[in-house]
Amino acid sequence: MGVRPETTPAQDEAFKRELVQLIPHLRAFARTLCGDPAAADDLAQDAMMKAWDARQSFQMGTNMKAWTFMILRNQFYSEKRRSWRQSQLDQEAAERTLVAVDDPEAPVALDELRQGLSMLPPEQREALILVGAGGFAYEEAAEICGCAVGTVKSRVSRARRALHAILDEGAYDRDGAAAGDAMRSILADAERLSTVR
Amino acid sequence: MIEQRPTPDRGRPSAALDEARLRQQAIGVRLRQMFDEVVNEKVPDEFLEILRRADERNSEKG
Repeated sequence: MGVRPETTPAQDEAFKRELVQLIPHLRAFARTLCGDPAAADDLAQDAMMKAWDARQSFQMGTNMKAWTFMILRNQFYSEKRRSWRQSQLDQEAAERTLVAVDDPEAPVALDELRQGLSMLPPEQREALILVGAGGFAYEEAAEICGCAVGTVKSRVSRARRALHAILDEGAYDRDGAAAGDAMRSILADAERLSTVR
Repeated sequence: MIEQRPTPDRGRPSAALDEARLRQQAIGVRLRQMFDEVVNEKVPDEFLEILRRADERNSEKG
């Protein structure tokens, strides 16, 4: 019942085509929220079906990617999947082998990045992922998260700083001679030089 | 020749800034890589199957 405008088969077809193209992105976003791939796919499927069922309320021509990401995010938080997220992530990280890095300008191992991300507060993590990996503008990310643009900007910048610190600390803990150390000695040099003049 | 080389004293502080920027860039690259790794995975057939069934239910009703 109700006064929902019915969609035509042609409109449904167009909507479906666009939705199908977004599935890989929904899966990737879900994976960053859930950690566990199977749980992430469940979440992505739920979000896909919610989007399909709500297609009458979507205006074609507007940003469907942001709209579906918002649906997925709301789904995630409403189901409180968050509560077991941490243990899933830890397990996943433990099972993953180190990714070899031979490029000195990209000394960040994937599993360390995942672990670093898991240590960030959830709202910082999701802001960084939407803007830094999902390709969303700050304005779009704000819409997805239901907060102000300035809030997203400060979350992203805090997340970047925290991640930087966590990753350098991790490298230092592991072998004492990696990026963290190099960075510290460079900063110490800079400090010394700027005071000696 | 000589003009091209900055003095070490002036070079260091900006080198530290460059290092920090490089590090942030490296993190950014890996972050996108991590995300794109999943984006580039083959979508499980289940997704399209679910959508197809929903579409069928829809046309039966209509």
